[in-house]
Amino acid sequence: MPVYNLKINGQSHTVEADQDTPLLWVLRDHLDMVGTKYGCGIGQCGACTVHIDGSATRSCLLQVSMVENAEITTIEGISEDISHPVQQAWKEVDVPQCGYCQAGQIMSATAFLNQNPNPNKSEIRDAMSGNICRCASYNRIEKAVELAASKMS
Amino acid sequence: MKNTILPSFSRRSFIKTSALAGGGMLIGFNLFQACKPEATPPVDISQLNFNDFNAFIKIADNGMVTIFSPNPEIGQGVKTSMPMIIAEELDVSWDDVHVVQGALDTKNFTRQVAGGSQSIRFGWESLRQTGATARQMLVNAAAAKWGVEASSCKTENGVITNGNGDKLGYGEVVKEAAALEVPENVTLKDPKDFKIIGTDAGNVDIDKIITGKPLFGLDYKEEGMAHAVVLRPPAFGNKLEVCDDTAAKAIAGVQDVIKFGDKIAVLAKDTWTAMKGKKALEATWTADSKLESTEAHDKILTGLLNGKKFKTMRADGDVKKAFAAADQVIERIYESPFLPHNCMEPMNFFADVTPEKVRLVGPIQTPAGTARRVAELLEREVEDVSVEMTRMGGGFGRRLYGDFALEAAEISKLAKRPVKVIYSREDDMGAGIYRPSIKYKISASVKDGKITGYHLKEASVNSNMYGLIPNFFPAGAIENYQVDVASYDSKITTGAWRAPYTNFLSFAEQSFFDELAEILEVDRIKLRLDLLQKVKGTTDERIQYSPERLEKVIKVAVEKSGWGNAKEGVYQGFSAYYCHNTHVAEVAEVELENDVPVVKKVTCVVDCGIVVNPLGAKNQIEGGVIDGVGHAMYGDLSFKDGEPQSKNFDKYRLIRINETPVVETHFIENGLSPTGLGEPTLPPAGAAVANAIKAAKGIRLYKQPFIKHMTAKAPLG
Repeated sequence: MPVYNLKINGQSHTVEADQDTPLLWVLRDHLDMVGTKYGCGIGQCGACTVHIDGSATRSCLLQVSMVENAEITTIEGISEDISHPVQQAWKEVDVPQCGYCQAGQIMSATAFLNQNPNPNKSEIRDAMSGNICRCASYNRIEKAVELAASKMS
Repeated sequence: MKNTILPSFSRRSFIKTSALAGGGMLIGFNLFQACKPEATPPVDISQLNFNDFNAFIKIADNGMVTIFSPNPEIGQGVKTSMPMIIAEELDVSWDDVHVVQGALDTKNFTRQVAGGSQSIRFGWESLRQTGATARQMLVNAAAAKWGVEASSCKTENGVITNGNGDKLGYGEVVKEAAALEVPENVTLKDPKDFKIIGTDAGNVDIDKIITGKPLFGLDYKEEGMAHAVVLRPPAFGNKLEVCDDTAAKAIAGVQDVIKFGDKIAVLAKDTWTAMKGKKALEATWTADSKLESTEAHDKILTGLLNGKKFKTMRADGDVKKAFAAADQVIERIYESPFLPHNCMEPMNFFADVTPEKVRLVGPIQTPAGTARRVAELLEREVEDVSVEMTRMGGGFGRRLYGDFALEAAEISKLAKRPVKVIYSREDDMGAGIYRPSIKYKISASVKDGKITGYHLKEASVNSNMYGLIPNFFPAGAIENYQVDVASYDSKITTGAWRAPYTNFLSFAEQSFFDELAEILEVDRIKLRLDLLQKVKGTTDERIQYSPERLEKVIKVAVEKSGWGNAKEGVYQGFSAYYCHNTHVAEVAEVELENDVPVVKKVTCVVDCGIVVNPLGAKNQIEGGVIDGVGHAMYGDLSFKDGEPQSKNFDKYRLIRINETPVVETHFIENGLSPTGLGEPTLPPAGAAVANAIKAAKGIRLYKQPFIKHMTAKAPLG
């Protein structure tokens, strides 16, 4: 079985996996980093969102063989101590209900705010529309992204 | 209105205390039931079990309070709100309270179920009593130490004081308090003195959620565990004929292939390999009867509605007579599709079945019932079965059914190893226990401009509305009133889906009354209020709702939403409903974008009594409303040849953030005991939106999902 060297959250990891294994399952099953969630497996729900070289990417569609030289960031790596403004905003607004989709929501929001630090409401709604929240905590996600933007500016 | 009977309490029998070996005091209590008289809490915290008590409070000698509560958390916030109630009466600072989800062995407990929005309603009294009892024991211990009357002592934020300027922290008297008799009579706080209840408390698991710590069933793993993915019959009614597993077994990392019943499990070293193994299985299926389709269901349900095979759930007066004497009879039909639950965390469960014991771990709303069913399936004693509950990535009713836990147990038994069963999204949507497809026919008779009769007929797949629902509004408001139900037995599995039955019934009835007001040319709010007047002072004990409370939410919704004074281009729709012991009114606002109705805002007025945690409560309300809007607009699961036609989010549409209205929440403050919030704001949402779309486009909607019907001129139902 092939061996891959991955750079995740600034650290090097060596994994042995079939080349077609999605990054999602490498993270969850091989590396015990379970913050990245499985929701649909077809890139429709956003629960598995990670950053590949800073861009929000669905890890369920990304084969491990394609990310060897990439900078991978997961929910476990966006801050050491819950200090990222997006995490802070999520906490202040008390966004989660069940909480399952929230790691993916946070990863989408952080990548988006890095590209557009000063978004309006409709830009936020468009940017976050790839992430489903079945509990429909959408009002609060919108509010938290706005708050995070104000914290970051 | 009928007062619901709450369990009565004898503190002696449901609270026991002990001093902990490591220091501190442990209070064991049963939320909803007296525990065994001989039971005592353990002195060693590692021996904590939930056999004799279903919750524990530990007060450490540094004053820190830990609440071990096994009540399942599915996102409705009870893991935060229930401990808040205890902490309030215990009179400690919320910052000094730590909440731990307890594991449980299945023996003496009752309502350890998250379902029906009842956790807070049933827990309210006993949680308060427990906190107050513990507080009294600490006070009694301090008073004895000081040689003063307990009644001269006061508490605040975990500190006891007396009139002489002495002070003792709870931690300083726990040892003595643990040795005292449990007092029979304690005084509960006056709600106006509440310091924690009614204040905003954030989700207790927030830090773990936003840092991606393992919390959910899908995150659970153990050394030596196999990942199991199951191939189930693709169509309801299919049976397994043969399965060739040669190709699956040839995949590196596949550990075992196990056939059980009509299913085949592939066990592998990781999830992806198990999924690949499942895809490599070559199975053929047979059916011994005709497979079902939505087209066929439509005909069958319509046949039932027009037929005579009804069971009468409630009959007041004489509907037949009223209809015969009417000036006008208005009749409409409302139709719903099946709905899958689609919890974001797909079904999964861990099982380790050994000759000694059966260990189950995972997300489940009904741990006790599931343990019993697993024991039955495996022919084991229920005492051998333990269930540990993880946080749940959504429930919506789906995790009431332990089918996935039973699968895990059976596979583990056959494979003789620990396994975690994981559903792919396709498995989750394809092997659901769906909200059944339902049709309602509602008829009303009008004589001299008054509604004289109301006849509701339900035709549903598999099962019908249960006991109390026929006593919801408009029962009692119309002299001649009848509810009849009929059902068709289907092989498609159906069950509870967030706000069972009322999730669609409310749409039908609240749309009907809206249209009735138009036909009778009366104000739609006045029509509802006039009907409620007739229920006031009723002696009918079966009536579930309070006409006064429903009237109040309607009036406040009219005021808060600016009903009737919408800006140009904004169209409003009204709806009000009672279910799950909570009264709700909603006003939806729709605007047209390129002539397509878009829901912009919903004003929601809720009477759920005392609001324990407003921050959490509003989250439930916002979620319930948007969920109601989303499923009414888009939710649609159809069947062909026994197979669901959507199995993932490419074909099944859930509401997304860019389609979401702003929800504005208002509470009625009346100091009454709290009722649940997980469900009751969902049912009114569909009709509020439909009535607003009628105002915007002139199209009256009778079928869900609206997206299919709202752009064309729909015919009358």
